[in-house]
Amino acid sequence: MIDWSVKRRGGCRWVWSSVLVFCGALSVGLVSPAAAIAASGGYANMTAAGRSGNRDHAKWEAYVRAAGGVLHATARFTLAAHKAAGIPAFARKYNLACSACHTGWPELNGFGQRFKDRGYQLGNDRDSPIWVNPSYIPLAIRTTPGWRLERTTHQPVDDGVGGTVEKTITQSGFDISGADILMLGTLYKNITFGFVPTVADGEGVGIEAAFVRFDNLLKSRWANLKIGKFEMDNMLSEKRGMMLSSNGAFYQSYHFVPVGDATTFGLGDNQIGAEWLGHSDNSYTRFSVAVLGGTDGTPGLLEGKSYDGMITASQAFDGGSLGLERIGVFGYTGRRPTVFETSGGAPIPGTGTSNKSFYRIGTVGDLFLGKLEILPFFMHASDRKDLAGGTRDATWNSGILELHYYVSPQLVFTQRSEIIRMSNQSDPATPKTLGNIDALTFGYRLYPIMFSRAGLAMVGELSFTKTIGTVPLSGVGVGIPPASNRTAVRSTSLLLALDFAF
Amino acid sequence: MSRIPLRACAAGFALLLSAAGLLAAQAQTMSRIGNVNGRADAGKQEYRRYCVGCHGSAGDGLGENAQWIDPKPRDFTTALFKCRSTPTGTLPTDDDLYRSVSRGFVTTNMPSWEPLTRQTRANLVAYIKTFSSRWSQGAGTAISIPAETPATLESILRGREVFQKMECWKCHGPAGHGDGPSASTLTDSKDNPIRPYNFATGSRFKCGETNQDVYRIFMTGLDGTPMPSFADLLQPNDAWDLVHFLRTLQPLPTPEAAIWQAWLPAHASELKPLGPNQGGH
Repeated sequence: MIDWSVKRRGGCRWVWSSVLVFCGALSVGLVSPAAAIAASGGYANMTAAGRSGNRDHAKWEAYVRAAGGVLHATARFTLAAHKAAGIPAFARKYNLACSACHTGWPELNGFGQRFKDRGYQLGNDRDSPIWVNPSYIPLAIRTTPGWRLERTTHQPVDDGVGGTVEKTITQSGFDISGADILMLGTLYKNITFGFVPTVADGEGVGIEAAFVRFDNLLKSRWANLKIGKFEMDNMLSEKRGMMLSSNGAFYQSYHFVPVGDATTFGLGDNQIGAEWLGHSDNSYTRFSVAVLGGTDGTPGLLEGKSYDGMITASQAFDGGSLGLERIGVFGYTGRRPTVFETSGGAPIPGTGTSNKSFYRIGTVGDLFLGKLEILPFFMHASDRKDLAGGTRDATWNSGILELHYYVSPQLVFTQRSEIIRMSNQSDPATPKTLGNIDALTFGYRLYPIMFSRAGLAMVGELSFTKTIGTVPLSGVGVGIPPASNRTAVRSTSLLLALDFAF
Repeated sequence: MSRIPLRACAAGFALLLSAAGLLAAQAQTMSRIGNVNGRADAGKQEYRRYCVGCHGSAGDGLGENAQWIDPKPRDFTTALFKCRSTPTGTLPTDDDLYRSVSRGFVTTNMPSWEPLTRQTRANLVAYIKTFSSRWSQGAGTAISIPAETPATLESILRGREVFQKMECWKCHGPAGHGDGPSASTLTDSKDNPIRPYNFATGSRFKCGETNQDVYRIFMTGLDGTPMPSFADLLQPNDAWDLVHFLRTLQPLPTPEAAIWQAWLPAHASELKPLGPNQGGH
């Protein structure tokens, strides 16, 4: 849940989705060309513009509006590819190595999934804090220093005579991510808590998660109630993703909304509400039902008078020597107000009416072929026309295919391909391809140490995205769409980092 | 009848020895769990992932976490295992080890690894068997467990007498709280202090949770601990009586506990206290 938040230029939140570090010899080969790119004219112009802060807000907003509001994703959301956690506090409590619960941290394996489903309890009659040494504190931190490069094409920059010209912007340098402070554990047997503040330089402190969970209600594994702010029960967990670069650290599908769409929602964002979760003894069978506030995880009361809902279910199968195979489905639906009472022309929070609906439904898998893990994902989404800003409902489909190859518990190679395709633009006059995304990521995580007190991963990652007519969802670049809504904006992220948790 | 050359006999004998050795080695590096064959070479990777932190890379129970763990992790090089279906002094079956890995050990750091696939657990069992040459002897034969006798008040009272007669109270205490007069002096086979089982805590026994599991525990003993086998001292009916009484000591809603709790309030004065000076009812 590190806040790799996106920062907008001029405004100016820099999203930093990733962090890089020199990782041995690999870094030598990668940094040199990066430095050469950074020395280009494009980088010089960009930095000058950024330093002067010469894009005043009104002008910037006017530009955005003129461009059809395509910026809205980055303008309204903190596109947080927050990374959650391998949590060494649990490893210290139970004296288990990271690899016991994680395929490669932070991703959970079957054993880790059950541990989480049980409310971070092993079920060995020693879960209550009363059995733990009083000096033990359920606290861990995670952050990621490193070096990164971001390169984005078709970025509008001032031409010096009152207009703009599109250029490729390249930025690079050493950087650090925000830090997650991970506090999760048991208040008592079968009462679990989670509290995860995030700290980012210049952005203060946020609360990524804060919840209490009552486990095994009525002595049933099928009755666990969680209340607060938490990650949705996404089988393809963005918080536990293996990738960290700006373009690769999040699932585009989890945050995409069509250009001009006013729906405030991200499937990957932690939400505030209540969740009922059930699981079988080995957690092969799982389900969750959640009722959520429609604030997309932002603390505060509802804008309107409607709640969101989400349902997930999954079933795992013993695949013998292949491994554990799991398939699942999910559905999320919500409504957002389109009309407000006003005071002095300003909307009054909580008075929203004329709610209009949106939904996301999909299926996902977690399949093993020995050392190869395959994560397929498909989602269909729809936003009602009143939210999408046009004359008909906006609909789109997205797909992900992510691969992890575990050479050993201490080395994993990763790859992800992702596409998003609009099937219906809300405004029929809009090009059908506007907003489409292609994303491709390659990476590795090398864990030089693997024990029960801390974790360190050397990360190398290269990620590409192509977005049609709009800005990259990661927010890299100047944050302004290209002049043509048919232009393909290509963004490249390179990351070398040390991801550590203690 | 033709005479068999001495050299051919020697070669044949050597071949037989080699085959026997090969079979023994294979038995040591394989496991058989139902229709699943576990392989030690595959288990080595899994062991590294899940087990090495406590049990150590050499299987000697000296993993990096061992110093913080009580009770200590099992030392596989000694091939002494508590939970067996086989007589004391013999090696457990593959199924015994598989059940231990799957079930975990309550009130210890050993969790239940049931979420792992059957193949993974079978591989782990095969790999565990590579740490001691004792496995070349082969596992013991599982004891037979006769049908359980009815859990009646009479059976419970007889079991109470067995508890007194077998001096279970010396370690486990008169109330089963693990506080008998010998409790503080007990050590395991590696001279680590060890506590007798406290029946008042824990949701299940280390070696299982059914009445059959309890029966098996005191008929096979827990090798490597002071808990002996009572196979030579108890008849099956006596053993079942003891099982039924032990169930009344647990804070669990068992049928035996229900019978006992219904009877006890009106008859407590009829019972002689358990312990060094008394016994029976």
